[in-house]
Amino acid sequence: MSIRHGLLALLERGQMYGYQLRAAFEESTGSTWPLNIGQVYTTLNRLERDGLVRPLPEHEGGQRPYEITDAGRADLALWFATPISRADRPRDELSIKLALALTTPGVDVRAVVQTQRSATMRTLQELTRLKYASDRPEDLPWRLVLDAMVFQAEAEIRWLDHCETSLVRYRPAPPAGRTTHPGAVDRADEEARR
Amino acid sequence: MSGPDAPVLDLRDVHRTHGSGAAAVHALRGVSLTVRPGELVAVMGPSGSGKSTLLTLAGGLDSPTAGEVVVEGQPLGTLDHRELARLRRRRIGYVFQDLNLLGSLTAAENVALPLELDGSGVRPARRAALAALEEVGLTGLGERFPDQMSGGQQQRVAIARALVGERRLVLADEPTGALDSQTGEAVLHLLRRRVDAGAAGVLVTHEARHAGWADRVVFLRDGIMVDSTAPLPGVEQLLSGSGR
Repeated sequence: MSIRHGLLALLERGQMYGYQLRAAFEESTGSTWPLNIGQVYTTLNRLERDGLVRPLPEHEGGQRPYEITDAGRADLALWFATPISRADRPRDELSIKLALALTTPGVDVRAVVQTQRSATMRTLQELTRLKYASDRPEDLPWRLVLDAMVFQAEAEIRWLDHCETSLVRYRPAPPAGRTTHPGAVDRADEEARR
Repeated sequence: MSGPDAPVLDLRDVHRTHGSGAAAVHALRGVSLTVRPGELVAVMGPSGSGKSTLLTLAGGLDSPTAGEVVVEGQPLGTLDHRELARLRRRRIGYVFQDLNLLGSLTAAENVALPLELDGSGVRPARRAALAALEEVGLTGLGERFPDQMSGGQQQRVAIARALVGERRLVLADEPTGALDSQTGEAVLHLLRRRVDAGAAGVLVTHEARHAGWADRVVFLRDGIMVDSTAPLPGVEQLLSGSGR
């Protein structure tokens, strides 16, 4: 998601100035996505340049509120109507790390899997505790954000379990030019059956 | 060892072998686990890793081949059959995937049953049963029979039965069974609340999302504990304190 659309969605509720936008943004994402005020103003400048928001006269306190334009509303509606493509998300460092661990000499892949699973499990416990603590009806948007993170963490743990069972059966092909002793194969099979 | 923080459950280097010689199956191979009041421990691992064996040993439904199981300071190996049965009825609550509710008894009668078996009078047992049903959100449904209730309600009755009276150790084996995710979550919520009120809990599950409700998660692999995790202290501040 872009901060752009987040800010547009907030301005759809009514005019706001920078600090209000930052506070509202963090509130609606349960502080899982902290913004600094610089990011807010940079984004507002771009939105203004693109005609999606317009600045209003400054308040007495010197804060300048912004309001959404019709073009901004159309852009926001399009964003809500368009599914998010997985291809747009950043590459998954963990899967790349495991793939490299398998082919890098001297790396204990099972230890990598186990360390990651413990860490992700811990995250899952922390998220669940936060969820448990937010059980008022008005916490629903925040709980759904937490649920999304819970399901993602769960998926990662399932994938790590899957990696672990695949590793039990994994026997790397012998380096080219070397023939395998038949006994070695038997032992590997023996181990796999264990 | 006694006192409010003394372990409710203590598994000490527990082994369980089924069969002998070449056909021996080593279900548990030296597992140690301590669970204190207010603590919920999740046990995870693939099928056949020893999860359910651990739970049956903890509940005194089976005895270890070696090692010791101690519940509320009492080594189970030193108890005779009658003492063990009494400890199980009074101190240990079980929630299983198949609910084992008796279809010919009402919800309240199902919940009161362990107390009545333990010699409690019908009236106090019924009072305790109604209180337990209230605790799981089934106020007013005590007179229904299991087949007049939804799957989620039946599971709550099973939980009420596990929590009724003064049970300090709650053992749950995949307690959310085939429930949908919302109802399953409500079941875990109940378990968590009881543990927060001072019970000790062990939850066997293969779902990471459910294990997330625990204070500590242990992983079993081929009867050995390979890994364990606990939340970092002060995690409530993890997200609310970020971005400063």
